[in-house]
Amino acid sequence: MKKGFFQKVKKYKVLLLMLLPAVIYTIIFCYLPMSGIILAFKDFNYRDGIFGSPFSGLKNFEFFFSSGQALKVTKNTVLYNLTFILVNTVFQLAVAIFLSEMKNNRFKKCAHSIMFLPYFISWVVVSSICYSFINSDYGLINQYFSFRGMEKIDFYNTSSLWPFILVFFNTWKNIGYGSVMYLAAITGIDTTLYEAAEIDGANIFQRIFRITIPSLMPTLIVLTLLALGNVFRGNFDMFYNLVGSNGLLYDTTDVIDTFTFRALIQSNDFGMSAAAALYQSVLCFITIVLANFAVKKYDKDYSLF
Amino acid sequence: MKKKIFKSGMDKKIFSILGYLFCGTIAVICLLPFLMVLSASVSSNEEVVRTGYSILPKHFTLSAYQSIFSNPTVVCRAYLVTIFLTSTGTFLGLFMTSMTAYVLARKDFPWRNKFSLFFYFTTLFSGGLVSTYILMIKYLNFKNTYLALLLPLLFNAFNLLIMKSYMISIPGDLIDASKIDGCGDFRTYLTVVLPMCKASFATVGLFIALAYWNDWYNAMLYIDDETMYPLQYFLYQRINNIEAYKRILSQSTSAVAGSLNLPVHTLKMALTVVITGPFIFAYPMVHKYFVKGVTIGAVKG
Repeated sequence: MKKGFFQKVKKYKVLLLMLLPAVIYTIIFCYLPMSGIILAFKDFNYRDGIFGSPFSGLKNFEFFFSSGQALKVTKNTVLYNLTFILVNTVFQLAVAIFLSEMKNNRFKKCAHSIMFLPYFISWVVVSSICYSFINSDYGLINQYFSFRGMEKIDFYNTSSLWPFILVFFNTWKNIGYGSVMYLAAITGIDTTLYEAAEIDGANIFQRIFRITIPSLMPTLIVLTLLALGNVFRGNFDMFYNLVGSNGLLYDTTDVIDTFTFRALIQSNDFGMSAAAALYQSVLCFITIVLANFAVKKYDKDYSLF
Repeated sequence: MKKKIFKSGMDKKIFSILGYLFCGTIAVICLLPFLMVLSASVSSNEEVVRTGYSILPKHFTLSAYQSIFSNPTVVCRAYLVTIFLTSTGTFLGLFMTSMTAYVLARKDFPWRNKFSLFFYFTTLFSGGLVSTYILMIKYLNFKNTYLALLLPLLFNAFNLLIMKSYMISIPGDLIDASKIDGCGDFRTYLTVVLPMCKASFATVGLFIALAYWNDWYNAMLYIDDETMYPLQYFLYQRINNIEAYKRILSQSTSAVAGSLNLPVHTLKMALTVVITGPFIFAYPMVHKYFVKGVTIGAVKG
């Protein structure tokens, strides 16, 4: 047996060598940090490093949970992600269906290219766009309000409005990108189905609700399940750029990722940050495995592993 | 037999009107912010202060651009850093991703499932920000080095999946044939497999390039030296600095504010244009490849 193994290694030595860079990279940047999760159980100080610092039991977790922060950021993360999934799916699906039924190819191509545009810009740029919309003195929206003689809204002080702002920009940024999947799935639908429906006298709405949408169900279910797998992962890029470190808005905008980041960078609380990150990693692991299991049950070809 | 609700052809007309309205509105909403940023960048600052941002430029002037390029070295350096990182990162990333994907797509490679699991597990579980941060700063000593910007984005399991799903479709006979011709594994990869994967190279390459071009996060974590800022972080810093300026201005007397004379509102937008511009111009050319890549990436990942 052993000899067989070495012979195999010798036979495939070139292929193994070709894998080497990626393996080393993954060990250093993915697996080594995993060992750092013990930090969550330690009282980290910089001098002693990860392994030298003294253990502190569950103190970090206790603090994270008893301060009420854990509940708040988890709730925010999950609610935002669920809303994003719902709103994104509805809009992306609608765009894909409308575009695919369009006869005017130039308009179709043009419209889709424009919708894809926001996907390419960074959240830093989006935050500057967002600012020009909702700034209380110069922003477009308040300009309009004051033009109509209405009261100006101080967006950066009103936390209850932020869910709408965040959902809007998330939808805005992803609509072109997301609809591509559905567009591709629609092109895969057997056209003879449509022809048969036409002959049977179905109108276009019946055609869409009886043929297009049911045919898209597999894609839709798989994508939704995969997205549900990431329900505990907040989009740090978006939240941090749009909201920034504006404490007034944390109630409705703080997600696990921004909390972890602030604990580390602003308050230098390594232990609490590690505890929050581990809590998130474990939740993510469970949801991704569950989602993947569900996908596998539904359609074996689409599962990740 | 169902009754026909619509006269023949009416349903299609209604639907197509709905479609044009819906898609047109969304396209306008997607484009509008870009127009606003552009027009604000060429408006005069006083006018923006007086009447706010708008869709059309007010009092056309290039003063905001002038004040950016009055000291061009700063912007140009940020540009160079980003171009250097994007090109190097994309090249190395593509090389590593395609090489790995090739091995994992080889059906005769005995440990391919084990190695696949090794790579995909990273999408399941991560060590989190803290340990990565400590690793980068304390153990690898990457603080204020370009490696801190280059390495974190080089390789990931998602791109590997896209690349692999392309490579699996290459018939194994071709690889066998090249081996019979006397090519080693590495040369087969270089001369037979790579030329067949141009489309996947374009797609994955674009994903990597976009990640580098838009990266500000790693710069925020690991770079303090202003001369090393990449574009996006440069913009991020400027936006926040301008905010800080404004806070100081609003607290001090108007005389001081006037003497500083910084076109804060238009400057921000002009910077945004300068930084986003190149990618928007390249956009019509790359759009096609993105669409292709997303279609494959979506299903697997």
